[in-house]
Amino acid sequence: MSDVYAVSAAPHIKQNISVSSVMWQVVLALTPALLVGIFFFGIQSFLLTLYGVVAAIVTEALIQRLRKVPVTISDGSAVVTGILVAFNINSAAPWWLPVIGSVFAIAIGKQIFGGLGFNIFNPALLGRAFLVASWPTLMTAGWKSTTPVALFKSSINGLVNLPSNVPAVVTSATPLGVVKALRDTTQISSDMAETVMNNLTSMDTLQNLFWGNIGGVIGEVSAAALLLGAAYLAWKHIIEWRIPISYIATVFILTYIFGGINGLFSASIMLPFFHIFSGGLILGAFFMATDMVTSPVTKKGRIIFGMGCGILTVVIRLAGGYPEGVSYSILLMNITVPLIDRYTIPRIFGEVRK
Amino acid sequence: MGFKTFPGGVHPHDSKEYSKNKPVEILPLPIKVVIPLSQHIGALSKPIVKVGDEVLNGQKIAESSGFVSIPMHASISGKVTGIDKFNHPTGIISMAIEITGDEQDDRIELTDEINYLELPVDEMKNRISEAGICGMGGAGFPTHVKLSPAAEKPIDTIILNGVECEPYLTADYRIMMEQPDDIINGLKIFMKIINAKKGIIGIEANKPDAIKLMKNKLKKESDLEVIGLKLKYPQGAEKQLIYAATNRKVPNKGGLPMDVGVIVQNVGTAIAVYEAVRYKKPLIERVITVSGKIVRNPKNIKARIGTFFSDLLEFCDGTTEDIGKIISGGPMMGFAIPSLETPMTKGCSGLLLFNKKEGHKEDESVCLRCGRCVDVCPMDLVPSLIAHNVKHEDWILVEKFGVMDCMKCGSCSYVCPSHIKLIQWINIGKLKINELQKK
Repeated sequence: MSDVYAVSAAPHIKQNISVSSVMWQVVLALTPALLVGIFFFGIQSFLLTLYGVVAAIVTEALIQRLRKVPVTISDGSAVVTGILVAFNINSAAPWWLPVIGSVFAIAIGKQIFGGLGFNIFNPALLGRAFLVASWPTLMTAGWKSTTPVALFKSSINGLVNLPSNVPAVVTSATPLGVVKALRDTTQISSDMAETVMNNLTSMDTLQNLFWGNIGGVIGEVSAAALLLGAAYLAWKHIIEWRIPISYIATVFILTYIFGGINGLFSASIMLPFFHIFSGGLILGAFFMATDMVTSPVTKKGRIIFGMGCGILTVVIRLAGGYPEGVSYSILLMNITVPLIDRYTIPRIFGEVRK
Repeated sequence: MGFKTFPGGVHPHDSKEYSKNKPVEILPLPIKVVIPLSQHIGALSKPIVKVGDEVLNGQKIAESSGFVSIPMHASISGKVTGIDKFNHPTGIISMAIEITGDEQDDRIELTDEINYLELPVDEMKNRISEAGICGMGGAGFPTHVKLSPAAEKPIDTIILNGVECEPYLTADYRIMMEQPDDIINGLKIFMKIINAKKGIIGIEANKPDAIKLMKNKLKKESDLEVIGLKLKYPQGAEKQLIYAATNRKVPNKGGLPMDVGVIVQNVGTAIAVYEAVRYKKPLIERVITVSGKIVRNPKNIKARIGTFFSDLLEFCDGTTEDIGKIISGGPMMGFAIPSLETPMTKGCSGLLLFNKKEGHKEDESVCLRCGRCVDVCPMDLVPSLIAHNVKHEDWILVEKFGVMDCMKCGSCSYVCPSHIKLIQWINIGKLKINELQKK
């Protein structure tokens, strides 16, 4: 009788990929944005991120021990959540803010549903929503820049020199905060509003938005750094184009149509770019809406999901109570994922059209 | 030159470097062969010899037991020494005829019909069916059945499959390089039998010299064409090949190539058909690739049907490391088998040896819903959803989501970051649905 060898089902070769390699590559892709955050907001951004990550890992390990399931903190998924929670916090926040955010994200956002793969909402966004609801002032006020060198001429700061009837709040807020302030206030003449809008959509502002020389939370400031990371993930086939592109395209089209202050189609073509590069849209579209667990698996479903996120984001930004709507729009679309998947099962290759 | 392709698919490393430049070598006469009675899709062949009978090389030893069945022939001369259960290269145990050779290799008499293309179509088909030919690409559908399409389904195109998209395998590549005229003659016989207007040879982009050689050969033939196909797995799957070459989609739910006017044959089958029609030669040998990182001397070998894998490996000077896994066929769709004491059949295109580290053994982790399986599925299924419902034994949904349309190419399992054995689950689903449909 000759040797008997182990058998298994085909295929017998396998792409070199695993859950942890996916997650650690996402961590790698988020690093440029963190570096830019440290550059503009100081070492405090790094520490806050570290607190968030450690809290996420500890929470995950503790709960998995309690649940008597294998502890999987080395797969990197808790690290990603921790980073994303901290990325949604501004650099002046106290140390416990990212900690509480991460604990909530992992415990309530993820483990309570059964852990990775079973959560309904993006855990990091749920953590952020919890923090915004609990400590709104800490989460939305106190943007500051500690840029050691004035790399770019900031046209947002240039707003300070506007006539005194522009409310002071406008000058200290994020770019999207300025847009909301313009919408909410009646103290500004329409001429003045137009000047501010023109200022916001100037090439100078857009450049600052793109590179990150603006007020904002740690992770969202530099579109360039985020896009660099996103390009890496796309190159590695870890994120797929359908969600981010449909999301951003929807925002582009809708802000162009509805974004102007003088009615439909009154916006300049620069305004959509302003909306894309400001706030958390790039971070949300490439790193949060694309969260595998909480987005549709079908190709058509991903496009519907991205468009839904885009519509909700624009509605919140242009008509809602918050200046920024990326995180709520993604959370709201997360709920629709099972429904979207159910109604977008693809037509099988060769299936006869009915 | 623009290469054609299909949507979906994966890009495993083609690993053909081990054997692609090795010309076909002929294996010395084996001492013993075992001819399984099931080497094809359809009914088992019926033995017509008994233990103790003397047989000649090429003598019929089992006859077909219906229309969808084929006869088997002795591949060496000698004595029948057993009709019993033996290992089978698909990993099962099945009935087979054992022949112990007399080292004479006495053959049955062959003919040589120089004007073979003038033979009546029925005679051609008869010779093919008598030669025991089935598809040599792996699935093993009896060739004479494929060549008898329903009258209401006219066939205008014959496609020869020279894609060989499975990594490691180079047998089809070698025969295209070494026997191009026989392949083209086989294609002409197919076209004559079917009365098809067009013949296509599909070859993948990683075999540029085969594409060039065939193109040169077909320069003066206006009805024959070589189509270059993009390097992508499973480019050689029948439906995907037809789509890439003709832009036609074979209907799902059991649709056949003939529904879109096409018949696909493997290039190896074309040679067998040519030899059967011209010389009345039965299918008693084929070219098989023996490869793998640990094979000391990977080769393309022409060997008798029924030769043991152990003989093939010995001819390649064994392995440099301990064997971890034996695979009959390619690494994507082939079968892991428990023993080298297994005979090769008409559908065996490769024998691969992996060491103890190769081949994945990771445990399944939970589905991340990443959708990579959806992105690569060439049949546009949602593999994760089918596997999920198989696990929950919801057979209605399993069927609804198209489990029967899966061709088990393995692309989904290949890309899954959670190492979920999607094909294994899907296969369970297929078996269960088959069982339920029989009731």
